[in-house]
Amino acid sequence: MDWREEGILIGVRRYGESSVIIEVFFENRGRHLGVVRGGVSKKLTPMLQLGNQLDAHWKARLEEHLGSFSVDLVKSRASSIMMDRVALSGLSSICGLLNFSLPERESHSLLYKKTFELLDSITFKKKWLTDYLSWEITLLEELGFGLNLSSCVVTGALDNLKYISPKSGGAVSLEAAGDWSKRLLPLPNCLRGFDEGIEDLIEGLLVTGYFLENKVVASLGQKVIPGSRSRFIELIKKLTI
Amino acid sequence: MSLNKENDIERLISLMAKLPGLGPRSARRAVLHLIRKKSVLLNPLSEALRNVSANVRQCLNCGNVGSKDLCEICSDEKRHNGQICVVEGIADLWALERSSNFKGQYHVLGGVLSPLDGVGPEKLGIEKLKHRLSKEKINEIILALNSTIDGQTTAHYIADELQDTQTQITSLARGVPIGGELDYLDDGTILAALTARKSF
Repeated sequence: MDWREEGILIGVRRYGESSVIIEVFFENRGRHLGVVRGGVSKKLTPMLQLGNQLDAHWKARLEEHLGSFSVDLVKSRASSIMMDRVALSGLSSICGLLNFSLPERESHSLLYKKTFELLDSITFKKKWLTDYLSWEITLLEELGFGLNLSSCVVTGALDNLKYISPKSGGAVSLEAAGDWSKRLLPLPNCLRGFDEGIEDLIEGLLVTGYFLENKVVASLGQKVIPGSRSRFIELIKKLTI
Repeated sequence: MSLNKENDIERLISLMAKLPGLGPRSARRAVLHLIRKKSVLLNPLSEALRNVSANVRQCLNCGNVGSKDLCEICSDEKRHNGQICVVEGIADLWALERSSNFKGQYHVLGGVLSPLDGVGPEKLGIEKLKHRLSKEKINEIILALNSTIDGQTTAHYIADELQDTQTQITSLARGVPIGGELDYLDDGTILAALTARKSF
């Protein structure tokens, strides 16, 4: 068995003395693991940094085997952001969440494209914080816990949407919420596509965090959300002070 | 009796084979060599191992290893020059010591932040470092962490945590290594070297 595809490196862990097991996110094959022999060498270490775009060639005797990768660097993203603490933290959060939530060898083409675009925005230092939030929403959608924020889940109203149902992930209008409003999550404007600044963005991240914590974690059993996400949010909070 | 001796040797081979850089075949060769050089190598080695095993401990101050509660570096007054070099592990500390250029003290974190391995700030010696800063007179913290995503994420995290201490925080320079040829360098190193260029 062998194939070749371009992908984003989202995880590296030591395997034995001189090899590493890498996790690469591919457009057609999803999250895929494999051994890189000599992965701790001086030649390969700069290549095997999180976020880098790799041309990976996977080989194994049988499809279900772990297999081994031989890799070549297509685009180095890590080197451009080494000195940018927010970008580094964002990258760690993205890779951590992908590692934590994606099942192995299951294609998530839309999420791959969004991840690719987001990482490029981070690398080229564009305004990417709102893109990050939108990426988390896509992640939730791809995992089966999408938010439906276009209309009120109770009345179907399109206006005055102020809350999100923690159960269904649907928007709820102010009128429909009534006495239930205390049990609902606030709907920040950034989740409806408006850029209202960092504080609103943090509100948005708290909402996506709620669904990651209560829906995704629950579906994955014993796993916990990687600490890199909360450290990233803490760092953004400091930017507002 | 002879069977027991053979078992002892087999046990030694299997233990040696667990060492980094050695496999069963090379461990067998090493053990055979030790047996042949019993008085010159095997006996001094076994004594040295026994001594290290009895005395080795982690330095209470910096996390280095030594034979006393405070390692040689921490107990040397000459090295209390107000500088602390923060490193990921003891191997990094030894690498810096080999260069013989740094005359300050160290602080060993014992790892770096790694979401994949579940290593958070609480598992690193950051609180201990803060404690050292509060009780010792420190002018500069040198962050000598690896130029990897995890290493630099940890460096930024520590810099943030120590922001209020008013201590100067520096990091190692990045660029072209001695003997390095530009043609063989990766994009990132060239970018870092260009960014950190200085007048000639």
